[in-house]
Amino acid sequence: MIAALTTPYVAWWALVPLITFAVAGFLLLTVASLVRRLPAVLAPAWTAVAGLGVLLYLVPMWSRVGRDGADSFLAGTVGVDRSSIFVTGILAVAVIAAALISRDYLPREDLPGVELYVLLLMSAAGGVVMASANDLIVLFLGLEILSIAVYVLAALHLRRIESQEAALKYFLLGAFSSAFLLYGIALVYGATGSTNMVRISAFLAQNVLVDDAMLLAGLGLLLVGLGFKVAVVPFHAWTPDVYQGAPTPVVAWMAAGVKAAGFAALMRVFVLTLGTYVSDWRPAFQVIAAATVLAGAVVAVVQTDVKRMLAYSSIVHAGFILVGLQAATDRGNSSVLAYLAVYAFLTVGSFAVVTVVSGTGDASHGLDAYRGMGRRHPALAGVFTVLLLGQAGIPFTGGFVVKLGVLAAAVDGGAYWLAGVAMLAAAVAAFVYLRLLVAMYLEEVPSGTETSGAVPLGALVVAVASAVIVLVVGLVPGPLLDLARDAVPVLVAG
Amino acid sequence: MVDLIWLVPALPLGGFIVLIFCGRRIGEPFAGWLATGVMAGSFIATVAVFLDMAGRSAHDRRAVVTLFEWIPAGDLSVDVGFLVDPLSLTMCLFITGVGALIHLYSVGYMHGDAGFPRFFAYLNLFTFAMLMLVLGDNLLLTFLGWEGVGACSYMLISFWFTEPANATAGKKAFVTNRIGDWGFMVAMFATFFTFGSLNYVDVLDASEAGTVAQTTATLIAVMLLVGAVGKSAQFPLYLWLPDAMAGPTPVSALIHAATMVTSGVYLLTRVNPVIADAAGWVPDLIAWLGVGTALFAATIAMAQTDIKKVLAYSTISQLGYMFLAVGSGAYVAAVFHMVTHAFFKALLFLGSGSVIHGMDGDQDMRHYGGLRRFMPVTAGTFVVGWLAIAGVPPFSGFWSKDEILAFAWNKSPALWFVGLLTAVLTAFYMTRLMAMTFSGESRYADERPGEEDGGAAALRADHTPHESPRTMTAPLVVLAGLAMVAGFVQLPFSSSTKWLEHWLEPSLYSNEVHLGIGGGTQFLLAAIAVVGGVVGIGVAVAVYVKARVDRGLFEQAIFADAWRIDRSVARFMGGPGRQGFDATNRFDERVVDGAVFGVADVVRRLAGLGRLFHSGMVRTYASGIGVGAVALITWFLVRSTL
Amino acid sequence: MYLNQFLLLSAALFAIGVYGVLARRNGVLVLMSIELILNAVNINLVAFAAFGNQLAGEVFALFVIAVAAAEVGVGLAMILLLYRNRKSIDLTQIDLMRG
Repeated sequence: MIAALTTPYVAWWALVPLITFAVAGFLLLTVASLVRRLPAVLAPAWTAVAGLGVLLYLVPMWSRVGRDGADSFLAGTVGVDRSSIFVTGILAVAVIAAALISRDYLPREDLPGVELYVLLLMSAAGGVVMASANDLIVLFLGLEILSIAVYVLAALHLRRIESQEAALKYFLLGAFSSAFLLYGIALVYGATGSTNMVRISAFLAQNVLVDDAMLLAGLGLLLVGLGFKVAVVPFHAWTPDVYQGAPTPVVAWMAAGVKAAGFAALMRVFVLTLGTYVSDWRPAFQVIAAATVLAGAVVAVVQTDVKRMLAYSSIVHAGFILVGLQAATDRGNSSVLAYLAVYAFLTVGSFAVVTVVSGTGDASHGLDAYRGMGRRHPALAGVFTVLLLGQAGIPFTGGFVVKLGVLAAAVDGGAYWLAGVAMLAAAVAAFVYLRLLVAMYLEEVPSGTETSGAVPLGALVVAVASAVIVLVVGLVPGPLLDLARDAVPVLVAG
Repeated sequence: MVDLIWLVPALPLGGFIVLIFCGRRIGEPFAGWLATGVMAGSFIATVAVFLDMAGRSAHDRRAVVTLFEWIPAGDLSVDVGFLVDPLSLTMCLFITGVGALIHLYSVGYMHGDAGFPRFFAYLNLFTFAMLMLVLGDNLLLTFLGWEGVGACSYMLISFWFTEPANATAGKKAFVTNRIGDWGFMVAMFATFFTFGSLNYVDVLDASEAGTVAQTTATLIAVMLLVGAVGKSAQFPLYLWLPDAMAGPTPVSALIHAATMVTSGVYLLTRVNPVIADAAGWVPDLIAWLGVGTALFAATIAMAQTDIKKVLAYSTISQLGYMFLAVGSGAYVAAVFHMVTHAFFKALLFLGSGSVIHGMDGDQDMRHYGGLRRFMPVTAGTFVVGWLAIAGVPPFSGFWSKDEILAFAWNKSPALWFVGLLTAVLTAFYMTRLMAMTFSGESRYADERPGEEDGGAAALRADHTPHESPRTMTAPLVVLAGLAMVAGFVQLPFSSSTKWLEHWLEPSLYSNEVHLGIGGGTQFLLAAIAVVGGVVGIGVAVAVYVKARVDRGLFEQAIFADAWRIDRSVARFMGGPGRQGFDATNRFDERVVDGAVFGVADVVRRLAGLGRLFHSGMVRTYASGIGVGAVALITWFLVRSTL
Repeated sequence: MYLNQFLLLSAALFAIGVYGVLARRNGVLVLMSIELILNAVNINLVAFAAFGNQLAGEVFALFVIAVAAAEVGVGLAMILLLYRNRKSIDLTQIDLMRG
């Protein structure tokens, strides 16, 4: 007689965002392969609606978790808490933004119109898995679902050799670093006897390992793998090349979405699961954070390609987020989440502008393309100005509020030197944004550049909305900070 | 009436918004009149608030007007509000007053410029930022204004910039200002983590109550000093100011003489309780830095031929006096000099603008000469400015400089001596400027071989220098009047004639040093200073008037029959003296400039090294990951119980 | 049999794999080197599971194999694309973007 198969408890309500992204992607793929001629607007609209649906669904989910507390299911491998909802929200916003930017990008570049959206939705599904993983296996699966989709996305511009080069570099290095991550997971599993984060953390809390070399080596390798995804020194080298080569809407997703998922994973693994070893990993995090902000800021100064500038600036931002993360406190975690949210808006908005300016062929990324933009496209230049000031962290922009947050978390934990280094790097990095502003407003339009026509609606909406949100957060930061404060991650046993 | 204070920054902001959006439609000259109008309105609002405040008793003369709560969450609470007290009001009075005059002047000066409305939009925006800087009730708002004035200054300088000059000057301005801003940011953080607040009222009251550790106060004070040195162009971060002279002259007058550059002095005066709590060497440092800069810049000013460069170095030098005052604990004197300097230096700059205008854009003083015949109003008002800065009684500069020197003597006679020496040099180089510009023979039509335009006089023959229009001379006359009488707000004769001191009292807590010297000594010091000034003037006359021409403005000068002294002085000035000034000039150009470019260079070189790693090769990047992994594992294994 | 023997084998494979990634110029060989690392991980996982009397490690190894297959699929497609455009799969030649 066959014993009745007991299925694990599944909190379906908590899986809705994941299922929405995955099913929306599969459906789109199926429909697109069955129907020969889809209206061009369908795929982006579909994707944006899926993202919007998830975003709306998160509201009742948020209050439910607030009422009933965090939950864990599928034999304790997936957890849902407010931090995972928060990060899912960021991912949904990034999906909507990337879809809107792509709407006009794909026809302009004469690229096939469905794959990008399918892969985008898949990748978002992977990000959601990462943000709610309670098990290292699940975390790894989420990471791979996210990454493999992004590898292909990077290669999507068929006629740009840079796009293929970027994709191959990203892929090889990504697979390489994933292998390190896996080895790290294996070592942690060997040392603690489990891949479940809750059990690992309970095990470490109750037992003092006589020989923790294996665990600590595993910890180091985990940091390699996740550090690669969020692009911190010395695992950051791919960022500028890949950002430069990949199609610009994809870069918007990489910068906003992948980074958010990566930091969510770092937070879950290190702060929550391995919190007992904080005194061991914190110095490493601090050194990496300091190296990241400095290296990013310094090398950014000599860049001439705007996409590369923004890539290095994203490295600086990653360092800043790490400054908040290394505090390993509730305050640090909420500052990280707030930073990720504001950074997502800053970066999708910026890349929306870059997409417009780059022109047909996705090629004009030099400073020349930005010279005199203040006169040619006053509205677009104004929006870009707000976004750049936000990235620089000027007061009364969201960028300032969140930078203050991570620095405060660091100082709170006594890492004065790190806060000082971060401020120094911010001062150096400001040069990059100032240089762009100078090009836009104070330099003449180089002769021979054609005056580009109307700004496409999708990108404009993304850029304007991002700039408005960055300003609103800068003026009234209370709501966002409250959300981030309530979104502190927790691990719950199933 | 105090509630009206929001009008003061709101009016220029409104002017900016209107001009930036419909400036082109409004056009010339109404855009200029609109900008001037809002400035005048702002001035009137300030006066209204001032009259209200002036009628109150000392302990009542401080009000915080909160507009809205900005960051209400948690332990970091920052509001957007204004701190209305005697110090901020004094600043506002001369910012809006002098600002309005300079706006009026610009209507004439910028006549016919293609960017006329844009210029006034920036000018209004600058005033707004400057007013936020002084009125903000917390360090963060001040910082915002601080960045804002910097950005506007940058935009206004580059208003006429040509590309190559832009690149280097921009780099210098960027590096020096970044260092200053970094100091300000660190100070802000330190303040927040020490006091749990950024509001001046909380911070200053707590500091005055003496609840702060000396080391913390020292850190905050030194970091704010770094910020102030950057903004107020003190050694070694003064480099950007002479470069900033590339902008239109009204900009130089408003931003680089009267208002923005004094914000460092304002900041240090504002946080006087923190400086009082800091270690004793901090005020010493401020005083010596100030007086050193004053002397240093004065010597450079003597070797300049560009009229605006002379005034620029002179501004640095005068700002040095203000730092000397702050370091000596003479906050009243610092503010006093700030006010008088705003008047006479704005006057001098606008006068030089008028001269440049009349000379068709030529700024080289060697091409001037005898201009008093062509532009009598400019020359007449310039004489007032010259006498004021040279410290001749009863002009305003005499009173404020004299007060600073008295306090310097009180702190250390050495400081006083250097200050006095600077005063002599100041009188000298300003007289030199006067002499080269207004007296002697006209040189505008001379042949100038070896210049880019061929130096042919014929080309310039029909460009006779001319007096400027009424919109430009009217502000000159008003400023000349102010420069003449502004000294009377603080007369040293008795306590009852020190109106400024009594007015400022609530802002300075009890940190104003009391002069420990008698009236006799003070009188003697003043007399020495006057003699010093007269000597400076006399020597300059001997060199630049007597030695070159027979008939001049200063024919009856003191050295008229002392030809021996005359000639030996002339020889000294032509030989070793000249070389000395040139040497400081070279030091300025090579060493200090070099240091700043060095910073930029180091960043660039580091970036070059960093770029090597980004070789584009997968293998390099993979080895980065590998090396990182090895380093991390090594670190963790060292930490393990292995 | 000792656990350590498996761990050493795995570590050796890992090191060979890393060496291959760093030293090889051929794209396909680099891909294979990465596979080598993944298999080193699998040995580790299975060994830990076997010696700890658990299933989780073995299940994880299955997942890793599945993911590795997907990765290889994508990787080979990319290398093929590159070969079509460049007629070469030498990784040292793809340095169009740098700095």
